[in-house]
Amino acid sequence: MSDPIVALYVFVLACFIGYYVIWGVTPSLHTPLMALTNAISGIVIVGALLVAGAERAGLAAELLGFLAVLLASINVFGGFLVTHRMLSMFQKKKK
Amino acid sequence: MLHFSLSAHEQALAYLVSAILFIFALKSLTHPASARRGNFYGMIGMVIAVAATLLGQEVTSYGFIIAGVAGGAVIGTILAMRIQMAAMPQLVAALHSFVGLAAVLVAIGTFIITAHPDAVMMGELSAGIVIGAITFTGSVIAFGKLQGLISGSPVKFTGQHALNAAMALATIGFAAHFAMTGSVLSLSLMTLIAFALGVTLIIPIGGADMPVVISMLNSYSGWAAAATGFTLHNNLLIIVGALVGFSGAILSYIMCKGMNRSIINVVFGGFGSGDETDTGAGALAAQRGVKSASVEDVVYWMEDAAKVIIIPGYGMAAAQAQHALKELMELLVARGVDVKFAIHPVAGRMPGHMNVLLAEADIPYERVLEMDEINSEFPTADVALVVGANDVVNPAAEEDKSSPIYGMPILQAGKARQVYFLKRSMRPGYSGVDNLLFYKDNTSLVFGDAKDTIEGMASALKGSGH
Repeated sequence: MSDPIVALYVFVLACFIGYYVIWGVTPSLHTPLMALTNAISGIVIVGALLVAGAERAGLAAELLGFLAVLLASINVFGGFLVTHRMLSMFQKKKK
Repeated sequence: MLHFSLSAHEQALAYLVSAILFIFALKSLTHPASARRGNFYGMIGMVIAVAATLLGQEVTSYGFIIAGVAGGAVIGTILAMRIQMAAMPQLVAALHSFVGLAAVLVAIGTFIITAHPDAVMMGELSAGIVIGAITFTGSVIAFGKLQGLISGSPVKFTGQHALNAAMALATIGFAAHFAMTGSVLSLSLMTLIAFALGVTLIIPIGGADMPVVISMLNSYSGWAAAATGFTLHNNLLIIVGALVGFSGAILSYIMCKGMNRSIINVVFGGFGSGDETDTGAGALAAQRGVKSASVEDVVYWMEDAAKVIIIPGYGMAAAQAQHALKELMELLVARGVDVKFAIHPVAGRMPGHMNVLLAEADIPYERVLEMDEINSEFPTADVALVVGANDVVNPAAEEDKSSPIYGMPILQAGKARQVYFLKRSMRPGYSGVDNLLFYKDNTSLVFGDAKDTIEGMASALKGSGH
């Protein structure tokens, strides 16, 4: 199998995992779910790191990479922290 | 600088661990009790992914990376700590836009640093750019609508759908040309048109459909990440993108079902003004045969009730009335009243919006029930107290076939013995549809700011004592 086909396999199978996992999420946690998916979609930081840190990238690519790292980091930090804040509110009611 | 680095295989294995942790993170949201642990799984997954990337052989310079991560950490932390829970939809929209823009930048940057990109790669790059660009500008518009910077009304003009279709075709055409020739001009035009398409796709969607729009953009941000993964041959990005993409798609489906509308109908046929214009409340109410009640009337009915069901809507968020509601709940519970909260799937501006606000006010989630769980309880409730909700209790959805909201599942508040609406004015809900429940015999409206009214009820309850 060529690389793009393998990637397609991974993608389609991951879609199935997504389908079954997300249907299990309780409706009361749909807002934290969105915030958490915000955080983990910050995974584009991996691509941003590859651009910003590439050897002999040139200034243009480095600046694009820097901006992408910045934006993705906002998502990662902001997303996980706000999810934590929200979930703590749900947690403390367990008396 | 670093004395050891990971081989491509070691890196791929680290990414696999990270992907598994992300799946467990989402899985843990099945219950509030396990959810916080899940968020930590997510954080660990992210740390592993970033560490594995930095230790890999492709990353050789760290200056821009350190600056970017540090800046993002500061901004992200401030945003997350300062944001009010009522403003969560805006924060989520902003974060979607960042993922979209980051995906665009990564794709263009990858094109620049790749010596000999082939047609497949340029095709994948194009997908990343187009989806990312639409996510970015679409989310900016959604943010503007939620924040009230631009009008919530659907913006419509003749030939709109034809224009969108033409732009979509042009985007695909330039993408194909770019993939075949590597033309920078085609790349630029494709990118610009995709940015414009994000705007024109979202402006015709009305304020009433905000929960769907947010969910849709959530989904797009996932597909943008997946497309980036295809470009970079990175399976972790593909997996995460698919998870997030499906999460948003399922939420969109649930929101559409909550309004009995198809996604096609939402995307193409926006309704609802979302503009909140006040008309002389009391006078108009009397003229239309609506009864108004005082705080004392409501308290009189509630203090000896066996069961009170409270129905929060966006008005509760706008008035920040959740903390006052918690106090009212405690006073009633102390008198032996069974107090429950009924949540409609599309209450508020995003999925689960009301649940978070009630959790913020420390209202136990055992008392907070979804529509399907609570609807059978309304006939046994003495009082249904509607706090800033409207369309979600409108019997027109069940009775009036000509109503635009006909067929939408509703909370059957009208079956309670007494229904009290806390309202600022007589204006209709977000959908712009008049509420038939206002005119029923057992319904009264209490005019005023929801928070003030509820605080008034609480102090009246305290005053009346036992």
